[in-house]
Amino acid sequence: MGSNIYIAIVLCPLLASLVAGLGGRLVGRSGAHAVTIAGVGVSFLLSLLVLRDQLAPGSEPFNESVYTWLVTDGVRIQVGFLVDTLTALMMVVVTFVSLMVHIYTIGYMHDDPGYQRFFSYISLFTFAMLMLVMANNFMQLFFGWEGVGLVSYLLIGFWYTRPTAIFASLKAFMINRIGDFGFIVGIAMVLAHTGSLDYQQVFAQSAALGGMQIEVFAGMPWSVATVTCLALFVGAMAKSAQMPLHAWLPDSMEGPTPISALIHAATMVTAGVFMVARMSPLFEQSETAPAVVMAIGATTALLTGFIGIVQNDIKRVVAYSTLSQLGYMTAALGASAYAAGIFHLMTHAFFKALLFLAAGSVIVALHHEQDMRKMGGLRHHMPITYWTTLLGSLALIGFPGFSGFFSKDAIIEAVGLSSIPGAGYAYLCLLIGVFVTALYSFRMFFLVFHGEERLDAELRGHVRESPLVITLPLVLLAVASVASGWPFIESVVFGGYFGGSIVVDPAHAVLDELGREFHGPGAFVLHGLLGMPLLLAAAGVAVAWYAYMKEPSLPGRVRRKASVLYTLLVNKYYLDDLNEKVIVRGTRGVGTLLWRVGDMFLIDGAVVNGSARVVDWVAGRMRRGQTGYLYHYAFAMVIGLSILLGWILFKRA
Amino acid sequence: MIALPILGGILVLLGDRASGKGGGSLQRWVGLLASVATFVASIPLWTRFDRTTAAMQFVERHAWIPMFKVEYFLGVDGFSMPLILLTTFLTPLVLIASWDSIKLRQGQYFATFLFLEGLMIGVFAALDALLFYVFWEAMLIPMFVIIGVWGGARRVYATVKFFLYTFLGSVLMLVAVIYLYSRAGSYSILDFHALPLSITEQVWIFLAFLVAFAVKVPMWPVHTWLPDAHVEAPAGGSVILAAILLKMGGYGLLRFSLPVVPDASALLAPMVIALSLIAIVYIGLVAMVQKDMKKLIAYSSVAHMGFVTLGIFIAWTIFGRTGDTPGIAMGITGGMVQMISHGFVSGALFFCMGVLYDRLHTREIAAYGGVVNTMPHFAAFMVLFAMANVGLPGTSGFVGEFLVILASLQANFWYSVLAATALITSAGYTLWMIKRVIFGAVANEGVAGMPDLNGREFLVLGAIAAGVLLLGLWPAPLVEVLSASVDNLTTQIMQSKL
Repeated sequence: MGSNIYIAIVLCPLLASLVAGLGGRLVGRSGAHAVTIAGVGVSFLLSLLVLRDQLAPGSEPFNESVYTWLVTDGVRIQVGFLVDTLTALMMVVVTFVSLMVHIYTIGYMHDDPGYQRFFSYISLFTFAMLMLVMANNFMQLFFGWEGVGLVSYLLIGFWYTRPTAIFASLKAFMINRIGDFGFIVGIAMVLAHTGSLDYQQVFAQSAALGGMQIEVFAGMPWSVATVTCLALFVGAMAKSAQMPLHAWLPDSMEGPTPISALIHAATMVTAGVFMVARMSPLFEQSETAPAVVMAIGATTALLTGFIGIVQNDIKRVVAYSTLSQLGYMTAALGASAYAAGIFHLMTHAFFKALLFLAAGSVIVALHHEQDMRKMGGLRHHMPITYWTTLLGSLALIGFPGFSGFFSKDAIIEAVGLSSIPGAGYAYLCLLIGVFVTALYSFRMFFLVFHGEERLDAELRGHVRESPLVITLPLVLLAVASVASGWPFIESVVFGGYFGGSIVVDPAHAVLDELGREFHGPGAFVLHGLLGMPLLLAAAGVAVAWYAYMKEPSLPGRVRRKASVLYTLLVNKYYLDDLNEKVIVRGTRGVGTLLWRVGDMFLIDGAVVNGSARVVDWVAGRMRRGQTGYLYHYAFAMVIGLSILLGWILFKRA
Repeated sequence: MIALPILGGILVLLGDRASGKGGGSLQRWVGLLASVATFVASIPLWTRFDRTTAAMQFVERHAWIPMFKVEYFLGVDGFSMPLILLTTFLTPLVLIASWDSIKLRQGQYFATFLFLEGLMIGVFAALDALLFYVFWEAMLIPMFVIIGVWGGARRVYATVKFFLYTFLGSVLMLVAVIYLYSRAGSYSILDFHALPLSITEQVWIFLAFLVAFAVKVPMWPVHTWLPDAHVEAPAGGSVILAAILLKMGGYGLLRFSLPVVPDASALLAPMVIALSLIAIVYIGLVAMVQKDMKKLIAYSSVAHMGFVTLGIFIAWTIFGRTGDTPGIAMGITGGMVQMISHGFVSGALFFCMGVLYDRLHTREIAAYGGVVNTMPHFAAFMVLFAMANVGLPGTSGFVGEFLVILASLQANFWYSVLAATALITSAGYTLWMIKRVIFGAVANEGVAGMPDLNGREFLVLGAIAAGVLLLGLWPAPLVEVLSASVDNLTTQIMQSKL
């Protein structure tokens, strides 16, 4: 097919973004959305073609460079594409969700003065994200990686007059930069030990990396693969919001809802998961790195889920749910169940985008009210939103047969089978997480759509279902949320869909083990009906129903009884305070200290101006010597001459 | 054969003549025309440059003071050519940007800049050490005048500080140059390169050069003149100062220190690396707490130039560790690319400061807020240049930092880690400033009344933005120009002179 199709896939959204962003009044509002939707639409269709080609029997991954970025020192850094089944899947997910969000935005941002700018940004985002997933080298990966970070920064701060929004955008960029710091060190490790940044050449040498050692601290040789993978994973932790680098994601909800769905749920935040899966040849060479990855993922899955229970802002509930689900994916990566992680990435992209867009639909209908305590009983007014949310929530909690059920169960079972250190702890976290997921999901569902109407007075009677441009994406995403599990689990998770694009060491091939007991999706569902996760999920829904429908006074009583725990959760384990009060203030304090004491007092005060003062003083003394009396000068000359003569004579002797 | 710097010099004189006739727009046009003509004349340096050789090109050689064998000896290689183009590219932009914002003695202002341009080109092109020294010192005069005459309130303190710092350094350099002449029998830099020297001689010469160049770079701890000079300089002066003058330090290291005294460079490289890393980390933190925008950018310059010296001096650590050369060329290339990029980015940011200062007459970050509401075009440029300053891939700021971080890991894991902290600190200070200046609601009536960019300002910022993006997306042509000289330098410095 040649590289032209890939260039087209990448460039269509970019060009559309430029036209919409720079075209100004020439393009206009409808022009902006038309051109960007066309751009992303073309990319989506072409991505489908690419996927079809990759699925054809006997097809080979495409790996070609487009142009040389630079050559130095014998290292040729190129811009090019590696397209295999993993990439093709990501391309379809990214362009599909992006297309849905583009359409939805027409309705959501209808009255916003920044309409054109918004379309320009989300198309630019699609470009950067595609560059990220289609890269065939680390430089381009980093380009896309930071590119999506930039657009995320611009979009979180989209409403730039709101102080909270611009604070959140700065916070997101800073935390991601901490991740990028680790990421770039990881890339430097790769180059230093393989002499290349090209995936193919690097992966070909991955086995050697496992054997090499580096002394990061003198006298403590560590495996190069471990150091490299952990450094890369720091990048993934920030991008995919794993604890403790997760704090930016809930705050990112300050941005408009469509981008919460696209960037902060479906695509960008999964880039870390994708990256680790792409780097599977490296991670498999390390013993320590996967254990760290699994522990962090499982911890994130559980702890952020807890916070989700006490949130009252509808978008923040969904945001914490995203954090928790990203934890599931990360834990799967740690267990070497990359395929399951990516499969969950895909199903999650659909149902989480759906839940965000549905939340946005509610928010628009209520004139930008986001507090769930002021909602309730909306199912009568917004039937499409109601039903699609229900389907999305069921997919999220893993209702048998729905997409989330297959992907999440595969992860839990894989982690349960894993034998690497910490797997038992991770398994427990993920199981409890199932209960928590069901609890917060249906707490939100009941609070918003059921029970009595707690709307503000002026809204009563004016709540309408959203227009077609909003409900159409909801319906399409609902279809994907329900149906993207059953037909695909067999090939994607157990059937070697990924072929050579994911490498798993036979020693931790938990999915192969799981696959031997896999007898089709129907049997998988039956098996799931008897399993712990389903019981826990059902319990979660039941508790939510009891606490928020049957006995609404219960949550208040629990809150008072367990006030310590409640305070801890509402304050998000005090991690934000740690960031702001200790780390940020501490850094600025050190900066002030260095500036005042180092630059101003020591260098300028003591050395520079001090030497000026010394010169002044010496000059003053000298001036006193210049008396103007001839005999003073003559006397000085005589003394000088005698000293000089004396010295010469003394030296001779 | 091109006599470009001579042409530049003549044009400078022409510009000055025109300015002698008193105020008016005529000499502004003459000045602009002269600088544009210089730029056009410098283009063949790029198009007709032979990328395969490290030898000097476009050589011009005449006897000047035969008694001391001083020659008028000019020529360019891969290091000096891009810097000359940077100079000829930015000077017309500075003149355009200063079109209305300088009210006092416009003609003389323009002429001073043209003088400065000619002398700067001379510094980069000189291959005779004494000629180099003459240009180097003479260049201080117009810069001194620019800050002293058109500067801010504390301009006298700043100029004296600037002058003393740089002058003290240069005096030591002159001593070193004369000593080398006494040994080599000529002032030709190329002869210096081939001159065998004992290690004691090398160390003393290295230190003498280092003082001169470190002040210019500027390296920690001799950087404190820079924030003061920037704060007091007019916008155009800041642009030239940051974009071009600082590059002379890095250029001097590449032209003199490394090839003339390689063994001393090897011996003292750990010290220079330490100073570079201090510059990156320490200055990054200091920049975060600045309240004055120009000071903030000035400190950011010091931190960014730390990458240049780091990239150059890791060579010996790599060689010492691996006994081989991979990574060395990458570090030096990274340092050079960083210099060119920093020329664009810091220049652009100082232009932006000038645009803001023209409107509100203050450099305090706290006096602004919500500028995007009244100046959306300006805000777009400012955010772009801020991102380039942060080193975002796709902008020029990324290329040099990326290469230096990659190369430094081949020297030592911790060098790379410390250098990479710049990703965090640069984002901290740059975006914190952007947040407070550009975003937010309109902060006060002053901001509310600020008009967006005019065509002249748009042209200047647009031209640099194009350069920043082009260099970021496709650095290959620049790297190709450098490569022969970098490879040659790599072999030169690996050959002991003892």
